[in-house]
Amino acid sequence: MKLVTAIIKPFKLDDAREALSEIGVQGITVTEVKGFGRQKGHTELYRGAEYVVDFLPKVKIEVAIADDLLDQTLEAITKAANTGKIGDGKIFVTDLLQVIRIRTGETGEAAV
Amino acid sequence: MEEQIFQLQYAMDTFYFLVCGALVMWMAAGFAMLEAGLVRSKNTTEILTKNVALFSVACIMYLICGYAVMYGGPVLLSGIEGGDSLVADALASKVEEGFDGGSVYSGASDFFFQVVFVATAMSIVSGAVAERMKLWAFLAFAVVMTGFIYPLEGSWTWGGNAVFGLYTLGDMGFSDFAGSGIVHLAGATAALSGVILLGPRFGKYSADGSIKGIPGANLPLATLGTFILWLGWFGFNGGSVLKLSDVASANSVAMVFLNTNAAAAGGLVAALLVARFMFGKADLTMALNGALAGLVAITAEPSTPTALQATLFGALGGVLVVLSIVGLDKLKIDDPVGAISVHGSCGILGLLLVPITNDASTFVGQIVGGLTIFVWVFVASFIVWMALKAIIGLRVSEEEEAEGVDVSECGLEAYPEFTK
Repeated sequence: MKLVTAIIKPFKLDDAREALSEIGVQGITVTEVKGFGRQKGHTELYRGAEYVVDFLPKVKIEVAIADDLLDQTLEAITKAANTGKIGDGKIFVTDLLQVIRIRTGETGEAAV
Repeated sequence: MEEQIFQLQYAMDTFYFLVCGALVMWMAAGFAMLEAGLVRSKNTTEILTKNVALFSVACIMYLICGYAVMYGGPVLLSGIEGGDSLVADALASKVEEGFDGGSVYSGASDFFFQVVFVATAMSIVSGAVAERMKLWAFLAFAVVMTGFIYPLEGSWTWGGNAVFGLYTLGDMGFSDFAGSGIVHLAGATAALSGVILLGPRFGKYSADGSIKGIPGANLPLATLGTFILWLGWFGFNGGSVLKLSDVASANSVAMVFLNTNAAAAGGLVAALLVARFMFGKADLTMALNGALAGLVAITAEPSTPTALQATLFGALGGVLVVLSIVGLDKLKIDDPVGAISVHGSCGILGLLLVPITNDASTFVGQIVGGLTIFVWVFVASFIVWMALKAIIGLRVSEEEEAEGVDVSECGLEAYPEFTK
């Protein structure tokens, strides 16, 4: 089982969610985050004084999937979230040691 | 028949006073929202607590002794409800004044109208000291400001008494219709003396001279607060006409509403344009301050200017407030909401604009009056702030400031469920 974490532009969230539904990914967790990679921030003026807008708003998607869905998941997110412009984001893939469905107690791939 | 008309006038003028007083009371909500919107979210609960508490402290202190200091009369408002001869006394006053003469109204309504002005003056201080002052030090100051400092200064101006027995401002041609100087400059002066002793927020000014912008957390609230203040100001200036119940008075009231509104509009547009010119983008917070600056500028004389003059006077306020905000920052005087600029700089402007349209006032009188208010309030406030600093300390610790005063002073977050 894998945990796929994707940081994407906020307005791409709906597209990403739809794409994941289409390939059969059932569950998703979404968090509002801020960050930057190579897309640097900029300065703005507030009442005449400078402040740095380093951290740009992004959305973090987390999906737990069975191993056999990994390639489709990565393709779905990449295609949906891509704009071709700087700041599109990144996807991280990590191994999941265990998954448990709280309601039923199911574990492993049955819980994903 | 004449008696009944006099009773009607009394009732109408009393009613008018009460409604205007209620409008000015609503300005407290305006200040609360404006300030809550311009501080960071970790400091929201504390500033709201400050606002509701100072309003209440002002009402109580003015009731206990402030009103007596300002206008004479008994402490604790004893007898204000009137006795058995209430109607007869009122009618006798009305006969003396006549239909077209001075306004005669309920003593209780006079207190009600006055007390909300005290609260307004005190409220100006809360924004300037935001995000780093100890709540209880602020409230202790409020007790003295509303019970003594403001009332004494008010007694020399609206109360008509000689300043420490030396000179009488009214005789010198001092005129301040609704309180650009008496209320707004006074509040800003108390704020300034506090801010000087308090120091700026941590990280605001760096050693290399750069100034850090610290954006407010909730601009919808700040905007709502400004509009609420704008509405309340119709009561602030409108009620200061003191009478409604004859054609001349009613017309004066109408002009005051018209000019008050025009000045706010002029101030907002001017501030917006100046901010656009100076900073390249439309800074909403400057526009909001601009509207208030216009309102403060017209407050010393909203009845005699023409509509165009009122708009221009407001616009002058709007220009001045932006320059003042930037200027105070350069002097390292940290004012998170621009209170000192809106109410102090533009309060002075308001005083100086009066002789342009009001022949009964003089520039000398305005300057002497302004200086009297400024010196008295500054010195008296400074002493109180110093005493508080020595006894309980004015400022929260650096750690508490970083964590947010909501946690350290109130133990409550404004938005505990939000994870952002």
